[in-house]
Amino acid sequence: MNDVYKIISDTTMTYKQQLLSLARLAEGSEINLDLSDEYYNAKNDSVICDLNEGNAPYRPRYIIPDYSVLMNKGCDFLQLDAPTDLWEACNSLLIMYSHVPSITSFPVYLGGFDDLLEPFVTDLSDAEIEKCLRLFLLNIDRTLTDSFVHANIGPKDSRVGRIVLKLSEQMQLAIPNITLKYDEELTSDEFANLAITCMLKTAKPSFANHKMFVSEWSENYSIASCYNGLKIGGGGYTLPRLRMYELSQKAIDINDFMNNVLPKYTKIMCEFMDARVKFIVEESAFFKSNFLVTEKFLDINNFTGMFGMVGLNECVNNLLNIKDHSLGYGNNEKADEIGVEIMEKLSQLVADHKAPYCSGFNDQYRLHAQVGIDSDGREDSPGARIRVGNEPEIFEHIVHSGKFHKYFPTGIGDIFKFEETWLNTPNALLDIIKGAFKMNMRYFSGYLDSNDVVRVTGYLVKKSELYKLDSNKQSLNNVSIFGKGARDTGCALDRKVEKNVSTN
Amino acid sequence: MLAPINKIINFSNVDGPGNRCVIFFQSCPFKCLYCHNPETINYCNHCQKCVDKCMSSALSVVDNKVVYDSNKCINCDTCISVCDNFASPKINYMSVNDIIVKLIKLKPFIKGITVSGGECTNHKQFLIELFKEVKKLDLHILMDSNGNIDLSIEEELMDLVDGVMLDVKSVDDKFHYILTSKSCDMVLNNLDYLLSVDKLYEARTVLLPNFMVENLKTVNYVSKKLLLKSQYKLIKYRKYGVSEKGVDFFKDDTINDEDVKECLEIALKYCNNSFIV
Repeated sequence: MNDVYKIISDTTMTYKQQLLSLARLAEGSEINLDLSDEYYNAKNDSVICDLNEGNAPYRPRYIIPDYSVLMNKGCDFLQLDAPTDLWEACNSLLIMYSHVPSITSFPVYLGGFDDLLEPFVTDLSDAEIEKCLRLFLLNIDRTLTDSFVHANIGPKDSRVGRIVLKLSEQMQLAIPNITLKYDEELTSDEFANLAITCMLKTAKPSFANHKMFVSEWSENYSIASCYNGLKIGGGGYTLPRLRMYELSQKAIDINDFMNNVLPKYTKIMCEFMDARVKFIVEESAFFKSNFLVTEKFLDINNFTGMFGMVGLNECVNNLLNIKDHSLGYGNNEKADEIGVEIMEKLSQLVADHKAPYCSGFNDQYRLHAQVGIDSDGREDSPGARIRVGNEPEIFEHIVHSGKFHKYFPTGIGDIFKFEETWLNTPNALLDIIKGAFKMNMRYFSGYLDSNDVVRVTGYLVKKSELYKLDSNKQSLNNVSIFGKGARDTGCALDRKVEKNVSTN
Repeated sequence: MLAPINKIINFSNVDGPGNRCVIFFQSCPFKCLYCHNPETINYCNHCQKCVDKCMSSALSVVDNKVVYDSNKCINCDTCISVCDNFASPKINYMSVNDIIVKLIKLKPFIKGITVSGGECTNHKQFLIELFKEVKKLDLHILMDSNGNIDLSIEEELMDLVDGVMLDVKSVDDKFHYILTSKSCDMVLNNLDYLLSVDKLYEARTVLLPNFMVENLKTVNYVSKKLLLKSQYKLIKYRKYGVSEKGVDFFKDDTINDEDVKECLEIALKYCNNSFIV
């Protein structure tokens, strides 16, 4: 059966999912990039993965519009004046969202809701704000039907922030993903506790280490898609991945890996990224004519390429010939040391490459711990994460994460699954998050084992939507199909539960 | 100085405010009928009954004594279930320094420590030495106690402790004796003392099935004492872990909801912060 026919006859896909799949086919079939044989060999060996970005990139993968321009000036192309009240502001945002492209064709960043909307709520009652934001969030969930759609709140307490949390808890929606930018010194415990309760009940918001991001990106950063740190008014051109387990199989020993294999394939991947970035900037229309660029919602100087990797766990264990993963990476000092050495080397190699069109980033790409895709199976765990099933006790897990998170400014995170009793004690979980950020953890996600909305690897799905797919029904959310795959082949929902304990 | 440690739980969200490390000391002067970890009451008498039953060969006999290897233990707790002596062979004798080394690793993530048991005040000298070091780490210290020793004369200990969680099992001395094998006089003195020095973090009473008269008497007494000063936790009896003798004594598996409600209403009449767990 040919691929086009397969898509148009698939009863489990919605119309829009079919349309996007057909577009993806076209994008993949046209060969426009001039790539080396070395790259194609690496791709065939599954060492480099292009995450299905296709051969004809016509927009950056992740686009982070500066929505404050819309709030302050409006938009000529969309014929929108600057909004004067909350209803106009939400309406303008919803209109604009549908015109923001990305790899998924949905906007991966919706802005900082509190930054954008708080100026409009001063004279409004809570009831009116709630009514407006309820419709706003409902519209987002039903029209931007993709879990990589992501909004930010914080670091400071706000009425909008509180109402977004309250509504998220009530509405139990997988979209949008939400991040709280958290800084112990800027975020009140009260606001953080509300966020924790909401996170446990609906798997969002996640907590981003605001201090850490600000020190690398300045205040002008966003969290988009899964947990991707990117500059506001910019974004990420592309995100291919080194699959570290397969890479380790190319090496005779650790020395060979460090001195030959890793440098060789890092170079191949950087050159592949160069080709993609140049094509997007020089050939495709995006940076020449898209209104986001011409009206300065975006500035090319705020873009970089994201150098992704997966499977550090399996790579390290393979290099050390550790067969039993429970005795390896994450549970073994030597393995962790090798992991750090690999990251030091990889960071240096990527930093040494002169990247085109990344002038706002010292002409460098930035590392990203990719969360994996459903077809990875269990060969490559997400980014630098410890394999699901081999997680040590939570504090050791966090200490381990703290060693690796600094290498990934464009995103890395860990997810913890909690028992219901933690709902009674958000303060206790806040102690853990405060500690985690002191230990240099970048991004912390949690949810309750019993939730419908759960976090798979970085994105959210509803278990009830996965059941729909299980019974051959359609799911409105484009990402449910990835969640189903990650659940079935990657054991992504089987991570360890942090139990409550009781005393005598 | 070493102390017998039954267990250390690195992160607990149910033993005081915030996230805490809880240290369980072995041995208890009370023999509570409803104790749900009765293996903390006595020291191992090396009868060796558990050794053959161990599924992971974590127990062995050296010089006629039971020796425990924590590396081999799979925590199935078979040894505890076969023990007739309300003890555990899985005790680690630890120094203050052993515990502090552990706490230093946990410090970024915890608000404080809670010492529990067994009865932690059985090891009061060790506690004083431990707390001196814990204070240097700037951690909050709670002590979970049955109130069996006179805390009002333990000046050094009480200066170091930030708060006490006190079990008031019954205010009826006769019934207290039946429940615990000890009088309640000292417990009630300690309740007054801790309130007077503002160091009662919480008082606790287990609500028992088929003993409503006793339940009400205790809840009335304690909540009138606490008023607005401390929280009062009412714990529903559960038969989990309770010895056979206790299960027979209380007859039902748990207390019914109406009786619980009645107790809570009385507690809330006087004490603004009372709740059921």
